[in-house]
Amino acid sequence: MPEERKDAASIVTKVNDYTWDIPMTYKPGMRVPGRLFVSQKLLTNLEHDTLEQTANVATLPGIQKYSMAMPDAHSGYGFPIGGVAAFDRNTGIISPGGVGYDINCGVRIIRTNLTADEVRPRMKELIELLFHEIPSGVGSKSKIRASDSELTDAFLHGAKWAVESGYGVPEDIEHCEENGFMKFADPSKVSEKARNRGKPQFGTLGSGNHFLEVQYVDEVYDEEVAKVFGLHKGQVTVMVHCGSRGAGHQICDDYLKILDKATRKYGIVLPDRQLACAPAESPEGQNYFKAMAAGANYAWANRQVITHWVREAFTRFFRRDMDDLGMNLIYDVAHNVAKLEEHVIDGEKKMVYVHRKGATRAFPPGHPDVPAVYRKVGQPVLIPGSMGTPSFVLHGTEKAMELTFGSACHGSGRVSSRAAAKREFYGETIQKELAAKGITVRATHPSIIAEEAPGVYKSSDEVVDVVHQLGIARKVVKLMPMGVAKG
Amino acid sequence: MQGERNAKKYEYLYHIADAKFKAYGSTMEEAFENAALAMFNVMVNTSKLEAKELRKIEITSPDIKMLLAEWLSELLYLFEVDGIVFCEFKMDRIEKKGGVFSLTGKAWGEPIDLSRHRFDAQVKAVTLHELEVEQDDRGAFRVQVVVDT
Repeated sequence: MPEERKDAASIVTKVNDYTWDIPMTYKPGMRVPGRLFVSQKLLTNLEHDTLEQTANVATLPGIQKYSMAMPDAHSGYGFPIGGVAAFDRNTGIISPGGVGYDINCGVRIIRTNLTADEVRPRMKELIELLFHEIPSGVGSKSKIRASDSELTDAFLHGAKWAVESGYGVPEDIEHCEENGFMKFADPSKVSEKARNRGKPQFGTLGSGNHFLEVQYVDEVYDEEVAKVFGLHKGQVTVMVHCGSRGAGHQICDDYLKILDKATRKYGIVLPDRQLACAPAESPEGQNYFKAMAAGANYAWANRQVITHWVREAFTRFFRRDMDDLGMNLIYDVAHNVAKLEEHVIDGEKKMVYVHRKGATRAFPPGHPDVPAVYRKVGQPVLIPGSMGTPSFVLHGTEKAMELTFGSACHGSGRVSSRAAAKREFYGETIQKELAAKGITVRATHPSIIAEEAPGVYKSSDEVVDVVHQLGIARKVVKLMPMGVAKG
Repeated sequence: MQGERNAKKYEYLYHIADAKFKAYGSTMEEAFENAALAMFNVMVNTSKLEAKELRKIEITSPDIKMLLAEWLSELLYLFEVDGIVFCEFKMDRIEKKGGVFSLTGKAWGEPIDLSRHRFDAQVKAVTLHELEVEQDDRGAFRVQVVVDT
């Protein structure tokens, strides 16, 4: 650790208004420079640890082009949150530290035919209903008891299994990243412990920054693309943000230990033990990848089951059927995951393991992995705000393939810690302030609201503007929260 | 969140997204016990809990830091799977034999009861990031842990 903590500005070199490089001379062992995609203002507020962690990732074998940090980047452990790095399939590594504990933590948006004006007067009741129908919070119990074989199916087939089991419609699968499941998944690589943790939590939202939000389209930036996504001004949408729960946490934990040994076995020198890794195609690397994919699939199945309950709740509450409500899934993105993808590097097509830790895929028009209905305009890129701040839908561009391995940011990024939040933002006060702005918040208790208070995050507008200006995704609509349920 | 100065069991350090703490002890065993206490207090105020249920824990690890991480991870696992929120810890012994570290310990707590227990956060996992186990000049032990919340 450096004795004197310098400002980020004195370490980085400016490439353009939204791009700054950490030179390879910054840290011994860096194989590529670090690259921060931030504005001058975001750079000024960047913690030293974020820089340090971005530089650490640059030391990993087989890394391509740059160790990248998205506009919402903040410090984590191992990779920074908002970190993107691609590793050559043959000479590179794979690391659970580049994915994180909450494998396939992600976000999905469901559209409706409802208008903000018709929903607003009944918001409190609606949020109360959603809070009760979708279990959330520490120790919450799921409404379903998954059997062993169902759990295995969820690990194998993700959202596809959920839909086939009656939780949704076939179109839902087409509107998920990877069609809702990674085919590499192998449940036999998932430990008994991970199964034991995952089983009772299947069909729960979780706690922390996970939430369920009722929103409305406040602003349309691109009418044409919005139309393709099925969005228009004044319309109500529902956002679900959650992941693979204890199953994913345990898979990461198990494989960190295995890869910690592998790191020594393969003679890889690491600046941070949390970056434990193995050559991508080694048995250890592949076993992790197969287990990670199973964890990712669990998360897709989880979000799909929750979607089904949201639809049921809306149908009952508004006494209108599904078709009438038009509750189609717009899209579902993963923001903690590693993927084997083809990218053009130095003019050559290459297979790389892209690690996105707190970063979202953002694929361009024409890409085969973009659902057919969206292929002309690019993938819907979903960027949630924090509680009480706007969320955004953007669309993917060719520029992201050029600059960020087809990635964009995943949220607004923290500026303040949870503990600090509890001191500064008293939960009940925030609840009242949000209520005054027309936002209903239902949580298990006020301190849960305090730790996710809007003030602990960077402004989502600012982060999204950097993404838009860089052109790695372009703004389509802005969504304003009306009601939030969280554990 | 700080205990008395002379008998400080643990203290929380600043971390933007997660929780970071140091735990202290005159022996390694005590520092491990206090680390467990610090971790559960990220989630819930343990001073109001009763030591009703017991779980015995045995772990073997290649090094002392990993032993600490695995001790805490095991407690998290039992918290989630057995549904026990722990409040008291007793480390019988930590030893090194044949190049391998092992521990045997006990943890007491009560079954999770959401009508009485108020959880402020959930610790998802124990990271290896900035994980430290140290002994100072006077022989006292100090450990540092970052947990994902």
